[in-house]
Amino acid sequence: MTTTTAANTPLDVAAVRADFPILSRTVRDGKPLVYLDSGATSQRPRQVLDAERKFLETSNAAVHRGAHQLAEEATDAYEYARARTAEFVGADAGELVFTKNATEGLNLVAYSMSNAATEPDPAAKRFVVGPGDEIVITAMEHHANLVPWQQLCQRTGATLRWFDLTEDFRLDLSNLDELVNERTKVVAFVHQSNVLGTINPVEPIVARAKEVGALTVLDACQSVPHLPVDFHALGVDFAVFSGHKMLAPSGIGVLYGRRELLEAMPPFLTGGSMIELVTLEHTTFAPPPQKFEAGVPMTSQAVGLGAAVDYLSAIGMDKVAEHEHLLAEAAIAGISKIEGVRLIGPSETKDRGATVSFVIDGVHPHDAGQVLDSLGIAVRVGHHCAWPLHRVCQVPATVRATFYLYNTLSEVDALVDGVREAQKFFGVGA
Amino acid sequence: MNLESMYQDIILDHYKHPHGRGLREPFDAESFQVNPTCGDEVTLRLKLDGETVADVSYEGQGCSISQASASVLTDLVVGKPVGEALKTMDTFVELMQGRGQVEPDEDVLEDAVAFAGVAKYPARVKCALLGWMAFKDALVKTEGATA
Repeated sequence: MTTTTAANTPLDVAAVRADFPILSRTVRDGKPLVYLDSGATSQRPRQVLDAERKFLETSNAAVHRGAHQLAEEATDAYEYARARTAEFVGADAGELVFTKNATEGLNLVAYSMSNAATEPDPAAKRFVVGPGDEIVITAMEHHANLVPWQQLCQRTGATLRWFDLTEDFRLDLSNLDELVNERTKVVAFVHQSNVLGTINPVEPIVARAKEVGALTVLDACQSVPHLPVDFHALGVDFAVFSGHKMLAPSGIGVLYGRRELLEAMPPFLTGGSMIELVTLEHTTFAPPPQKFEAGVPMTSQAVGLGAAVDYLSAIGMDKVAEHEHLLAEAAIAGISKIEGVRLIGPSETKDRGATVSFVIDGVHPHDAGQVLDSLGIAVRVGHHCAWPLHRVCQVPATVRATFYLYNTLSEVDALVDGVREAQKFFGVGA
Repeated sequence: MNLESMYQDIILDHYKHPHGRGLREPFDAESFQVNPTCGDEVTLRLKLDGETVADVSYEGQGCSISQASASVLTDLVVGKPVGEALKTMDTFVELMQGRGQVEPDEDVLEDAVAFAGVAKYPARVKCALLGWMAFKDALVKTEGATA
C-alpha cells in the first residue's frame, strides 16, 4: 500500500463508519468493502434505518387524511421531515415539495410549464414558453436536467441552448450575457457536477437570469449531501435533490420552489390530496406544497430523510465538506501521479467536490471497474448519465470514484493501488 | 473473485488483436448497437452471398468483453450458411444467459467458449452480446430488403 499522511480530518470517521452496518461486510471472496459509489447512491446509517422501522411499527398511516390517531401521528412525522429538511437547505417548509426523486422534481417543473399554456389563471402566464423563447442548460448536465428541457422545447417550440466547458473542466461563462438574454425563460444548471466534481458559481448566473427575468433551476443532487447549501442565500427559483444520495432512503426527492412561484405555477400530476374543491365540472387546487403532491405520498421514506438530515446536522455539513475536501485532495494527487491515467475534472481542488473521474490508457473503464471490484472496491463506470459531457471531453466513458463522510484516506490508497493493479492486469502503464 | 475466470487469454488475445475489424464495402445491411448503461458501441456490416454469410465487418468502442466478442463472432459466422450462423448465435446467447450454469459446446462455439466465465457476471452479459445483437439486427434488415 502507498502511504498517505494522516490528515487532520475534523470527523471521527471510525465512529461514523460504526453507524453504517453495510460498511463492515466483505465482498468477492472476503475482501473488505471499499464503497466509492456514493455519488450514485449513498449508504444509510442505523439512525435512518431505525427511524423508518420505528415509524412503520408505531405510526404508519396515510398522511393528510383520516381522523384517527395513527393518521395524525403519520402526518406529523411527514410534516416534521419537511420542516427539518427545509431548515437544512435554507428554505421555508411551504417551499418544499416531496417527489419520488430529483428527476421527478425536474419533470414536475418542465411539465407544469407546459400546462401553463392552457391554464386559465392569468398568474400562470409567466411560465408559458413557446417559439422564440430559449431554455439554457450546460454541457455538464446529468440527463435528468437535460432531457426534460429538451422535451419541453420539443413540446413548445422553444430553443435549447447551453454553456460550454473551459479547458480545465469548468463552465465557460464568457458568453453569459449573450447566452442568457431577454428571450431566455429558464436557466437550468448543476451545482456540483456528478462527473467532474466541478462546483459551479451560482451567483453570476442567478444575477444575469434575474436581469432578464428568466427562472433559475438548480440541480443540487451532488451538493446538498456534501456541502452546506442555503437556497434562499443562493437566490435560485427552483432546486432539486434526492434523499438516497444523502444517507436517506430511495423513493424520496425534494423540489424547492420560491413560495410565490409555487403558488402561481399550475400543477403537474392531479388527483387526490392536491385539491381544494372538486365538482363534476371543475376543481380548485390546494395551496403548495400539497398542490404538487397528488396521491398518498411516501411516508417512511420522508421520515428517513428527516432522520438523515438530523444525522448530518449533528455532525455539521461544514465538517463533512472539510473531510471530503481532504479525501479529494489525496485522491486527485494519487490518481494524477499514475502514468497513463488522465483525470477528467479540475485538478485544482478549490470549488470542487470529492467526485474523481478518470480514464486509463489501454484499459476500458468497464474492465478497470471489474478489476477494482475483484479487489472489493465499488466504483461507477460508464457515462454516469452524462453522455453529452463525455462527448465534449472526447472520452466514451470514465471510471468514477465518489467519496462521502464515511470514506477514509486508506480507501483512497486502495483505489490508487487498484488502478495500478488494473494496469498490470492488462499489461499497460509503467 | 478470480479475474482470470472472466478474462481468459482467448478473450484478451481477441481484444488486443481483433479479427475482421474495420468497416468494409460492399455490404447489404448495417446495424448500430449501443449499451446505454455504459456507452459501448458497435457498428456492424453484413454482406450475404445467397444463403451464405460472405463478410462481417465492424467498428466499435467498448470494453474488452464487447470488442473481443465481436472479433470471435466474425470467426464463427463468416463463410457459414445463415441458418448455421443463427444456430451458433442461439447457442452463444443461451450460454451467456445461463448465469454460469450452461456447459459450453466447444464444437459449436470454438473460441466463444471462453466467455463462459463472463456469464457469471450479469452486468457484463450485455457487453458480450452487443456484437451479436448487431449481427441479428443486420440479418433482419437484409431479409426486409429482399422480401
